[in-house]
Formats: sequence, structure tokens, C-alpha cells
Amino acid sequence: MTKRNPIGALLISTMLAGPAWAEDVTLTIESWRNDDLAIWQDQIIPAFEAAHPGIKLNFTPSAPAEYNAILNSKLEAGSAGDIITCRPFDASLALFEAGHLADISALDGMSNFSAVAKSGWSTDDASIQYCVPMASVIHGFIYNKDIFAELGLEEPTTEAEFFAALDAIKDDGSYIPMAMGTNDQWEAATMGYNNIGPNYWKGEDGRLALLAGDQKLTDEAWVAPFRQLAKWGDYLGDGYEAQTYPDSQNIFTLGRAAIYPTGSWEISGFNGLADFEMGAFYPPVQAAGDTCYISDHTDIGIGMNAATDNPEAAKTLLNWVGSPEFATIFANALPGFFPLSSAPVTLDDPLAQEFISWRGECESTIRSTYQVLSRGTPNLENETWNASVAVIKGDESPEDAGQRLQKGLASWYEPQQ
Amino acid sequence: MRKHENSPRFRWHIVVFLAPAVLVYTAVMIYPLFNTLRLSFFAEVDQQRVFVGLQNFHRLFGDAIWSNQFWNALGNNLWFFLIHMLVQNPIGIALAAILSHSRLRFAAFYRSAIFIPTILSFVIVGFAWKLILSPIWGIAPGMLDAVGLNSLYAPWLGKEEYALTTLSLVSVWQFVGIPMMLIYAALLSIPEEILEAAEVEGITGLSAFWKIKLPLILPSIGIISILTFVANFNAFDLIYAAQGALAGPDFSTDILGTFLYRTFFGFQLQLGDPHMGSAIASAMFLIILLGVCLYLFGIQSRMRRYQF
Repeated sequence: MTKRNPIGALLISTMLAGPAWAEDVTLTIESWRNDDLAIWQDQIIPAFEAAHPGIKLNFTPSAPAEYNAILNSKLEAGSAGDIITCRPFDASLALFEAGHLADISALDGMSNFSAVAKSGWSTDDASIQYCVPMASVIHGFIYNKDIFAELGLEEPTTEAEFFAALDAIKDDGSYIPMAMGTNDQWEAATMGYNNIGPNYWKGEDGRLALLAGDQKLTDEAWVAPFRQLAKWGDYLGDGYEAQTYPDSQNIFTLGRAAIYPTGSWEISGFNGLADFEMGAFYPPVQAAGDTCYISDHTDIGIGMNAATDNPEAAKTLLNWVGSPEFATIFANALPGFFPLSSAPVTLDDPLAQEFISWRGECESTIRSTYQVLSRGTPNLENETWNASVAVIKGDESPEDAGQRLQKGLASWYEPQQ
Repeated sequence: MRKHENSPRFRWHIVVFLAPAVLVYTAVMIYPLFNTLRLSFFAEVDQQRVFVGLQNFHRLFGDAIWSNQFWNALGNNLWFFLIHMLVQNPIGIALAAILSHSRLRFAAFYRSAIFIPTILSFVIVGFAWKLILSPIWGIAPGMLDAVGLNSLYAPWLGKEEYALTTLSLVSVWQFVGIPMMLIYAALLSIPEEILEAAEVEGITGLSAFWKIKLPLILPSIGIISILTFVANFNAFDLIYAAQGALAGPDFSTDILGTFLYRTFFGFQLQLGDPHMGSAIASAMFLIILLGVCLYLFGIQSRMRRYQF
């Protein structure tokens, strides 16, 4: 009998197995972070399950590029997991507006987060919060300490020092001054424009003024970063026009380039690849003594499927994600992804420590194009990629780039009209 | 009654044999095609799908933000097609002519070697060529250096003026085996008698190719042209694998396929818009339909067929 009907046997065995597990609530977590699978299974899930008997976690990540599409179709079909990892800003806002993400503003753990940290996952008026902020990435420059020592260079703190260092490396000729290419476009905007920009537009002040329509992309504060980018082209390697992001990573970790404009997410990968000591400095300020501003960009949040069968258990998990305990585990397991909670966290990785220490020295902001401004067509983020590349290559003047972006933004964003 | 009995029995086996193909084709091709056409007449307003008639098309062709992108993609697509027609197909025909030469040694080896790239995945071809042409790790700069032509090297894939042509040539390299194979088969099917008769008349060598073989393979060249047209206007994979969905630098390699992908599925912070995407897909469908109709009624029907 059983031999003739293996599928039936399987079904029966699942039915028998089902009740045995029914006492425990199992929460399924949707995520695009398949890189983190081992960390969840070995560290985060055991820590949570030990503290909360009766709740089991099942982490089911999918490929980053496919996550949004897969998640949307699962939510439409009602087969999505209880817990949903949230992309920042509009992708998650759309899910909330479609009724897929639950309102979790009342959660206790929310009190651990600052307004900037929460901005990635709240409605435009900041009244409703639908995801718990989980991690951010900080922008800056990583450099090769050996090359700096060899050439007798110091960490630059002002723009003049920064370009003096680049000139020194270029004159020496043994190394590429800065590893960045324009082929994939996003580096030019993310590691270029949005990395150095906050120093000019004064972080949140400028960003919120732009959102409110009080500043324009043609203002000096928004054109000046382009002016600096226009000078970068001379310091990038030969053929940087066709250099891709993995090319840049390899050039730097192989020790062929001295400075790498980047973000903290590289730390864990680079630790395993580079056999030299790495240091980091924040975007150099215009004049010595100026306040520094860093892009401390909200990147990962976690929320609750509005259709979950286990809302209480899900809230327990979300509260725990907001706790200092989770922040410590997560930050040390993934150096470079920094917890957003205000609670102090100790980090073991020296490079990650360097990055997170800037939070004390500088003012934090997020990438200027992410909140609201990339909602329309043309999309400001994608336009900024294009403009940053054109400026670095010298195809477009900084002023023209600013004008083009402003024109595109004003075509659909009312406060800018 | 008698008449009924005499009429041929309904031939069920025809239905049975056709059914799998018809069902599969309907499910995976015809239904999605018509559903896409249908979707292009809708838009999403406040989480609701509403019928908007031709508004999406009006936006696509009337709004400069959309129409500039569309015409840019269409222009690039035409250039992509032109390079295939001017480079891929003549080379394919020449290769077939050489291969069909009876005294060529290792013909089978060359045939397979030239055909193999065709069966490679776009992703492999895209990445392999990206590496070959890479200014950092690539062998292209080194090879040009070795023959003293280093000054000719440029980071082609990163330069607006060269990127699309470079990618078109990569695609030509990949697919030159298809016209070669089709023409090769057509050349083999030319009866020996005709060639011998021509030889008796004193037509040999190159002039035999131009005067006898080429006219006889014209229908095959027509088929190849239309296959190239359809494939090129549906192309997407190679550009996506080599340059990403933004089809850089500065949209200089953006073709209709990548434009459709970006719009339909969204990209980075740009959320997907299935309805505008469907409008672009419908426009693509109409362009291809128009091209195929022009070919069928304008060229195919006038083509002379030779009966042997």
C-alpha cells in the first residue's frame, strides 16, 4: 500500500507531524539578505529562541535583486511570511499603503530609535511607523594604511589635504590614487555625490530644506559636491569609464589603489580579502574646524505582515529586534551594518569601530535622494547616478547637472515648482 | 442519412496531436501577449486598477520624459539591428560559402567552433566579453599593445560613442553561427546538376557564387533577415548582463528591451509600473508586427521561387 502511494504517505506523515509542532508558534521571516543566512541561524535565532520559548523562527531569504518582486507576489497571494524585512522608503511605504505591513507605532521597542533612524520606515508625516529600523550603513573613505605609510601621508580631514594626498599618490605613480569606476553608475552617486555631499548641504538641514522646497538642486550647496566630483576623474585609474564595482573592490583589496570611496558594508568582505591594514576617514570638510556631516543611511528594517496569524509572537520578535541585545549581536556578526538603536553598542572590529565613532564626531543624515524625492518620473536617484557619472567624466558641467536634476524634480514634485 | 455516413469521419487524431502544442503555446505565449495588450489600457490609481484607455500611450509618446527615452531606445535598437544586418549576415553568408567548398579541410570543426557561441548563455557571453575588454584585467589592451596599436585601445564599454557598437559586435560574434548554418543548409540543397551545367557554360568560382548560388539562397537570406529583426527588437539579455538595467553609459546602450524592463519591474528606487511597462511592450509588439508584415507582403510575396 505505502509503496504504491508514496505521496499519500508523505502527506499523512506531514499531517501527523503537524500537531506535534502546533504548540510552538513558528514565524517565517522574509528577507533579501541571503548573505546573512548563517548569522541568523547560528547566532540570532538561537539567542531569540532561548529567551522566548514557544516561538520558533524560520529565516527564508531570497536573492536581493528578486526580493521585491517575489515578496510582492507572495503578499498578493497571501503566502508571505509573518515577518517582512523592509527596504527603506518608498518600496516599503507602498507595501504599507497596500495594507500588507501592519502599523507598529505603538511598539515599546520604538522608543529606542531617533527620528532620523525611523524616517526610512514611517509615513511622510512621520505619524505611523511600519517597520523597526534594523541597520544602517555609513559612508566614508577606506584607505590602505601601508600605502599611506610608504608615501608618508596622513588621514586627510579637509578638502585641501584630501586633494594634496591624491596628488602625492598620483605623482608617486606606483598606485592608483582612488579606486572607483563609472560603468555601474551607482558608485558615482552613492559613494561620490551622497558621500561627500552632506558636508556641503549641512546634512539634515539641507536635505529637509530640499524636501520642503526651500532649497533647490541648483543652489551652491547642491552643485558644490558635483564640482568636487568633477575633479575626481583625474585620480581614477586608466579606463575607469568601463571599470565596474567588483573591479574597484578588487583593485583596492589587491593593494593597487590607495583610497576607496565607499560605505561600511564593505568591511566584512574586505576583512577577508585585504592582506594590508585598512583605515577609514570621513568625507573631508571644506575648512579645518567645520562640522562634519556623514551619510548614516538607513538600509534594513523589519516589519510585520498585516495578515499574519501570530501577531503577538511577531510583536515579541519586533520588540526584541529593537533591543540593545539584538543590536550587539547583529553589529558584531555583521561589522559594517550598524544598529540604528540609540543604545550604546560595543563593536570588536577596529574598522567598524572607526566608522561608528563618527556618529559621535559628526552629524548624521541619510542619502538625499531616498526619501520622497525618488517617487516620481524622472526618478531623482537614478538621475543623480547619471549626472554624477557625466560630471566625473567631464561630459556635463556641475552647473548643468544641477539644472537638469532640478528641472526633472520640479516637473513632478510640487514643493519644488 | 446516407450522405452523413459517407462523409469522412471527423479526424480526432489531428486534434489530439495538435492539442499539446496549442495548449502550451496558448498558455505561455498567446494568453500573456493579449493580457499585456489589455494591461496597457489600465493604470493604478489609489491601489485600484482602472481603465484609462490610451492614456499610457499618450504619456509614452506625448510626455518628453517618456518619449525621449522611447525614441532613444528605438534609435539604439535600429543601430543594433543595422550592425547585425551589415556585419553578422554578410559574414554568415561568406562563412557558409567557404564552408560549403568541397575542398576545405576540417570544415566540420570550423562549423562547430563558429556555432558554439550561439548555444552559450547571454550571461556568460556578456561577462566574458566584459572581462576581455576590461581596461584593468582584460586581454584586449595587452593584445593591442603587443602589436604596437595600444593607442587604439579605449575602454569601449564605458564610452558613450562606442558602447552600443561594441555590444552589437559582441552579439554578432555570438550569433553569426545561425545565418551561417541556415545558408550552409541552403547551399547544400542546390542540386549539383545546376552547378555542373553552369560550369559547362564557363561559370565557375566566384562568379558561380554571385550568379547561381546567391539568387538561389535569397529566400533563406530573407528568412534570416526577418529572424534577425525579430531577435534584435526583442533583445535585452546581453545589454542587461553587460551594462545593467540602466544601460549605461548615459543610456547609450538602452534598447527597447531594457527600457521595458526598467519600467515594468522598476529599478533601484524607481518602483515598477506594470501598466506603463505593458504600453512599452505593446509598442514593441506593434513595431515587430509592422516589420514582419512589411517583409511578408512587401518582400516575401514578390520573391521568385525556383523549382528543381
